Amino acid sequence: MVEMPVIDREKCNGCGLCVSVCHCQALVLVGDVIMTIETEECGWCTECEAVCPTGAIRCPYEIVIEES
Amino acid sequence: MAVEIELLKSIPYFSGLSPTELEAIKQHIFEKSADKNELILLEEEPAEAVYFVVSGAVKTFKTSAEGKEQILCIIRPGESFNDVPIFDGGPNPASAIAMSPITLYGISKTDMETILRERPSIAINIIKVLAERVRHFVSLVEDLSFRHVIGRVAKLLLEYATDHTGPDKEASPKPRLTQQEMAAIVGTAREVVGRSLKALEEEGAIKIDRHRIVITDKKALEEMVEASS
Repeated sequence: MVEMPVIDREKCNGCGLCVSVCHCQALVLVGDVIMTIETEECGWCTECEAVCPTGAIRCPYEIVIEES
Repeated sequence: MAVEIELLKSIPYFSGLSPTELEAIKQHIFEKSADKNELILLEEEPAEAVYFVVSGAVKTFKTSAEGKEQILCIIRPGESFNDVPIFDGGPNPASAIAMSPITLYGISKTDMETILRERPSIAINIIKVLAERVRHFVSLVEDLSFRHVIGRVAKLLLEYATDHTGPDKEASPKPRLTQQEMAAIVGTAREVVGRSLKALEEEGAIKIDRHRIVITDKKALEEMVEASS
């Protein structure tokens, strides 16, 4: 399973800005609902989160210590 | 596509204007479209127009001599950019790039002067927009000037990291954080967190692997925290 941005459907107003900035077609607007499509192409650029006017998209980071 | 009055109404510059006034302003507006990743403005070039985003999103940014980018603002539908040079006569203060396919409305510098002369009442709306912009930038300058922001980001990373190297490596994972949440915790802007993470990665203290921030040099982060406290 590929980690993907998380959408809060209650906050999402279906404006589609996230879809338009996405570099890899990982987000689609179906009616007025945003869906994510699992893809390895998603490089976690977080532009969808940055552009969202309602804070409905989250691109959370897992923080780990793995000293080399 | 014709300029739409309904869209004009939603632009703060023109709020409260009558349909007749909006019709008059419409005559001064030109439309511009751009593809995703297309450069719309280049900083220091002569300024020609103020732009309003109709659809899509635009990012304004400055580039350092070393090629580093600092995001200034993300402009969404209804919002404007390149306002300042239209009024102070200087060059474009920042570059702007389309984050998606976009449609813009533009008003040239000379047309804006005409509009202001004919309808001085919209100056109040423009002052409000510029005042909000000043407030945003004052806050950004404050954040970027404080050297210890990077130390605070380093501290947060250490606090929220799941340690795969220590004795508690089986401990339950810590909550994941977005850049927005990191900004809220550290008390800074999202743009500053993005820049701090990049700087930490360049210094070799962390590695950003898609949705994972891997702390590769814990000691370096601890020293940064120490230096900033």
